Amino acid sequence: MSDPMAEIKASFFIECDELLESLQDALSDMDEGAHDSETINVVFRAVHSIKGGAGAFGLDALVAFAHRYETVMDEVRSGRLEITPEAIKHFFQTADLLADQVSAARDGAPEPEGSEACLRELESLMGDNAPVPGAEEDEIDDFQPMGLSLDLDFSDEAFGDLGSPDTTGAEWVLTFTPQTALYASGNDPVHLLRTVHGLDASVEITCDMSRLPDLAALDPRESYLSWQATLSGDLEEADLREVFDFVEDVAEITIATPEDATAPETETEPAETAMPDPIAPPEAPAQNVAEPPPAPTPQPQAETRPDAEPAKAAPTAEPGATVRVDLERIDRLVNLVGELVINQAMLAQSVAEAGLPPNSPVMTGLEAFMMLTRDIQDSVMMIRAQPVKPLFQRMARIVREASAAIEKEVRLRTEGETTEVDKTVIERLADPLTHMIRNAVDHGLEAPHIREAAGKSREGVITLSAQHRSGRVVIEVSDDGAGINREKVLAKAISKGLVAPEAQLSESEIDNLLFLPGFSTADQISALSGRGVGMDVVRSAIQALGGRISITSVAGEGTRFSISLPLTLAVLDGMVISVADETLVVPLSSIIETATLMGDDIRTLGPETNVIHVRGDFVPLYDLGAELGYRAPKANYEGGIVLLTAQENGERSALVVDAIMEQRQVVIKGLQQSYGHIPGVAAATILGDGQIALILDPADLVHNASGRTRGRDIALAG
Amino acid sequence: MTEDSKKQNNSSELELLSFRLGEEEYSVDIMSVREIRGWTRATPLPHAPAYVRGVINLRGTVLPVVDLSVRLGMAPVKGDARNVIIVVQLGSQSAGLLVDAVSDILNLPRSELQPPPDLAADATQSYISELTIVEGRMIRVLDLASVLPENAIEAA
Repeated sequence: MSDPMAEIKASFFIECDELLESLQDALSDMDEGAHDSETINVVFRAVHSIKGGAGAFGLDALVAFAHRYETVMDEVRSGRLEITPEAIKHFFQTADLLADQVSAARDGAPEPEGSEACLRELESLMGDNAPVPGAEEDEIDDFQPMGLSLDLDFSDEAFGDLGSPDTTGAEWVLTFTPQTALYASGNDPVHLLRTVHGLDASVEITCDMSRLPDLAALDPRESYLSWQATLSGDLEEADLREVFDFVEDVAEITIATPEDATAPETETEPAETAMPDPIAPPEAPAQNVAEPPPAPTPQPQAETRPDAEPAKAAPTAEPGATVRVDLERIDRLVNLVGELVINQAMLAQSVAEAGLPPNSPVMTGLEAFMMLTRDIQDSVMMIRAQPVKPLFQRMARIVREASAAIEKEVRLRTEGETTEVDKTVIERLADPLTHMIRNAVDHGLEAPHIREAAGKSREGVITLSAQHRSGRVVIEVSDDGAGINREKVLAKAISKGLVAPEAQLSESEIDNLLFLPGFSTADQISALSGRGVGMDVVRSAIQALGGRISITSVAGEGTRFSISLPLTLAVLDGMVISVADETLVVPLSSIIETATLMGDDIRTLGPETNVIHVRGDFVPLYDLGAELGYRAPKANYEGGIVLLTAQENGERSALVVDAIMEQRQVVIKGLQQSYGHIPGVAAATILGDGQIALILDPADLVHNASGRTRGRDIALAG
Repeated sequence: MTEDSKKQNNSSELELLSFRLGEEEYSVDIMSVREIRGWTRATPLPHAPAYVRGVINLRGTVLPVVDLSVRLGMAPVKGDARNVIIVVQLGSQSAGLLVDAVSDILNLPRSELQPPPDLAADATQSYISELTIVEGRMIRVLDLASVLPENAIEAA
């Protein structure tokens, strides 16, 4: 990354991702009926900015593609092309392809297939109105270039000198828009304007009150005014800058010559084509020189659009409030904090062993330290958290493609896009979610004519939602289709030999058959799903993330899959137990209850196995010590402590342990890298005494378990 | 292993860390040794081969420990304060080797090393890459890749 161009290019692609995201957002708004010019402008601007940046880096294929898309959007903007659902479909399709084009340009891959066909379809919307190529360039004078904020430190002064080398004696147009913070910090615009007036030049100052609201709506603490000053005389830009030196951060100040101000596009056009100048990146002129006086500040923009969701507006309005950090650095921080937690626990243990009185300063200090550590840990985990929005947008694309492939009309509704989840969880959730969404489109929703016959709208609705619920993230995929055809599922399971023909299954048990390996209900294997990978793959992917998946279905109303995930993969709430003198950690999420065994709870099943009787159910008994190879099965389990654990399919099992020690958060340390997979063990952790304890994976343990709880010799003796 | 050490150390001299296992003397290329630690109890791993003693906490990372004595077909190392764990690194993979005691650091010209003779009856022999004689004692140079846990090799 020593090449500065490579760095700029890398940030261009990051910007592209953000632009594509806002493009998707705007198209979704449009799809929901927002046909106002602001929405259309957002689409247009996003495409245009991508085109501009791509031109600067000589990405010709991308420029050509974006240009043709832009041309069509320009028709829309000028009102010559009507926004119809059909048109929006094409806009979406082209936006998807634009995303492909961007990634192709980034990876140097060949142009994605279907670009030409897609563009032709899009352009066919214009009919005879298709403008002569090249003509549309003249029509963008009302367009405000959107600055690509590259992380370059071009200070205003430096740039001002550079952009206008010799302007002594020229005319200056100065726009001064104070932000609320200017007033809050005790500055008074009057003094500044007086100073401007006192400069050695003829000065004319006008006040712009256009943003001043009605008295009733006026917030006295808000800033509404801006001033424009025209100066002519023997002045340098730096002189003007100097006046506003102290308020630069709390006001928008633009200084331009009248030519710049009246003809911004003449400044921006070269930015798109004349990139080879390595000193001035194209975005800089767009931002500093050509930003025209009436540029609205982010705050009023949010105010004047009360229809826009505040949550949506906030992140886009202040892009400067984020920092891009290399993921590796964050991971290192996460690891270090993990060490800190372990160290703190070790310290606490040795202090406790030293036998200090509970009210000693050391103990109180340690307690404060403990709380701080936990706070730091939580904050660090938050850094890795990311909103699920990009993931959901990918799913929107899957829905579009899947529904087009099988000619169903489907609308995807998303809820809780701002919910934040660990980055790794998001990445590893993409595949299972894709599969579930495809399933919902293919199997969940009925064909349009069946839907109409059932009195539903032709268009099926799939809802994808995310929310935080008691320390976990719950992601739900639901459809308003016909629900699970339980008879068909059961018949299929019986025909495949997955269930005994005479078995009596409850509704939820039948629903859960979907998660069995090798199950697929579609009679015909369609192009979309039914490729032999079923919901069992989805379930194991979710389980690998420490999550659970469940299913509910109401006939005629739809099916809902609910995925519950831990917020982070780095820490886990566990129950510390001991068995055969070894200390182990069992994830709290897998334990339903703990119990002490009474004599008549235990029933013999086979010659070597036992079950226990819990509230009317028989649950298989596993001796943890024996299953892990620490000891032979015990002779008698009476008075023993068991952990009742549940798997995703509701199957329960009882694990015998020697003692339950405590409940605590543990830092997860992978074993895979240093050793490899151990059956029944998910990971390891380091306890307060510095010893390593293994974290169990109860589901895997039971899966591989022998279930032997009565040694042969013992059985003979007893 | 030998490939590695040649790359790391082009000189004709080879530096070896020698240690005792029972009455026998073995050695490893010192370039692959990261540190030597006193004995700490390892957490046993279920379903692990007998020579894997378990895992220990090495400043926050989980380090598998191999009982080298069992690995070479001898009686297990007792596991008391006199025993040491040699932390070795092979590629990106680290592991601890539990041995009776570390004895010496040897500087040998490469020319004095010779490959072990081919004796099919001995399983140990595949773990030894070279042999040499120092002051009348025979020193075996371990082939690290073959003594580390199997999974670890696959993962590396």
